[in-house]
Amino acid sequence: MENFIIPQNVAISDSGFLFQAATGESFTLNEIGKLIVKMLQGSSTVEQIVGKVCEEYDTDPRTAERDFEDFITQLKHYSILK
Amino acid sequence: MADKKRYERPVINKHYSGLMNKFGSRPTTQPKTEIDGVTINELVEKYGSPLYVYSEKQIRINQRNALRIFKTRYPKVQFAWSYKTNYLSAICSVFHKEGSWAEVVSEFEYDKARKLGIKGENIIFNGPDKSRNALLKAIKEKAKIHIDHFDELYEIIELTEEHKLKAQVAIRVNMDVGVYPKWDRFGFNYENGEAGQALKRIMMNPNLQIVGLHAHIGTYMMTAEAYRIAASKLALLARFLKDEYDVAVSYIDLGGGFASHNTLIGQYLPAEEVVPSMEQFAEAISAGLYELNFKVDEMPTLILETGRALIDNTGHLISTVLANKRLSSGRRALIIDAGVNLLFTGFWYKHPVSPAQDSGVNIEDTTIYGPLCMNIDVIRETINFPSLRKGDKVVIDYVGAYDNTQWMQFINMRPNVVMVMEDGTVELIRKAENLDYILDREVLPEKLKLK
Ligand SMILES: Cc1ncc(COP(=O)(O)O)c(C=O)c1O
Repeated sequence: MENFIIPQNVAISDSGFLFQAATGESFTLNEIGKLIVKMLQGSSTVEQIVGKVCEEYDTDPRTAERDFEDFITQLKHYSILK
Repeated sequence: MADKKRYERPVINKHYSGLMNKFGSRPTTQPKTEIDGVTINELVEKYGSPLYVYSEKQIRINQRNALRIFKTRYPKVQFAWSYKTNYLSAICSVFHKEGSWAEVVSEFEYDKARKLGIKGENIIFNGPDKSRNALLKAIKEKAKIHIDHFDELYEIIELTEEHKLKAQVAIRVNMDVGVYPKWDRFGFNYENGEAGQALKRIMMNPNLQIVGLHAHIGTYMMTAEAYRIAASKLALLARFLKDEYDVAVSYIDLGGGFASHNTLIGQYLPAEEVVPSMEQFAEAISAGLYELNFKVDEMPTLILETGRALIDNTGHLISTVLANKRLSSGRRALIIDAGVNLLFTGFWYKHPVSPAQDSGVNIEDTTIYGPLCMNIDVIRETINFPSLRKGDKVVIDYVGAYDNTQWMQFINMRPNVVMVMEDGTVELIRKAENLDYILDREVLPEKLKLK
């Protein structure tokens, strides 16, 4: 299973504001985006994250996993994820 | 379960401080769910995807508005529908029902206009490519032949002598109107006296009757002033004919070329903010014509061959999402089932694209690709777009001009074209192609057939 690591210097506020200290760049996350980044910081697995999203939101595991993959690609692109 | 929150895919958006949105486009989240009261779903269910949809109502509104705008500034106005812009029979017929003549540039277009019931005398025959056969037909049927070059002039003279006929002619004039590139490969030049020469040659021949003067200064013109200059130069030629030969031409034809509200790819601001309005074009042309100082009963009719500005916003292309992709650059890509072979104008316009269903408020900079196996198949290089799912629909607007005449059959068949009629019904106006349609034109040599 792939391991996602969010660097120490990434800070995230309750309102979904994300600051990447290494590059000085800032971002906005929507609610699910924030949930995922927080779970990744807490070293959750993909299964746990998808499970949580399906539990709280009106969606199915396939959609949730697909969107999760896409989201991860973006996080990597912005160097928020190693 | 009812107590779950509404799902929305996870989104992260980067902040670009101090920078204007470099894509210059407003976010497109507002769904377009219907065309003239007919839902996109209904249309696709019945006619498939991709699908071209025209609005009869909008065509009539455009034509009536244009006529009103010109008629309130100049007393005699006649529109002639530019066939090359869109020659689907149903489209031409709506314009003809609104009183427009036909403007054609080939024998094929000429024959099409005749088949649709337009009399020869109400056809304007333009262009550098008129076959001998087409010219003879046009002379016999009293079409208005706009002579493009001396070779054509001499061919017409020959034909009239050979067949003892008289021809109704005009000349196309090209000129400097302060806009570049100059379209000087069509017609006779004004500044170097060639146009005057051609008129003298025509006046010497009793079989040729000069009925008008014509100019088409370019297409997607972004300045109205160019039309004032063109109108006043044609007016000077009309004055020359009156003074030298006591001939009053019955019309002055300013061609087409008014920019539509489609935004060019290199254009930063939306077209509606930068292109002149129909009123400004009308104002400029009538100002140019009034320099003629003709008596009211001798004033020539103003003919207009407006194409794109009358049809662009009446056509829509519905397409279906085939896939979502993330490019190696991190950019989102959307692949839809309509490619540049169906949307030829995608090469120079940033067509508005809207989702056809509620797609949430999270937008992202996206590239929209067609389904062709080629790199050039880009519908929109960059557009702020919500996230769509496979099977969702999009609507591409401003596709009425030149797409259904320049589209090509490639990899797949060209799809259905429908028209939403004024009464709300939907009519199929061009059937989707099929394998038989393609094979009908092909000939497989006997020796190549597999046994
Ligand atoms: C002679 C002539 N008339 C009319 C038109 C229609 O032009 P537009 O669609 O730009 O109004 C064209 C198009 O190039 C043309 O060549």
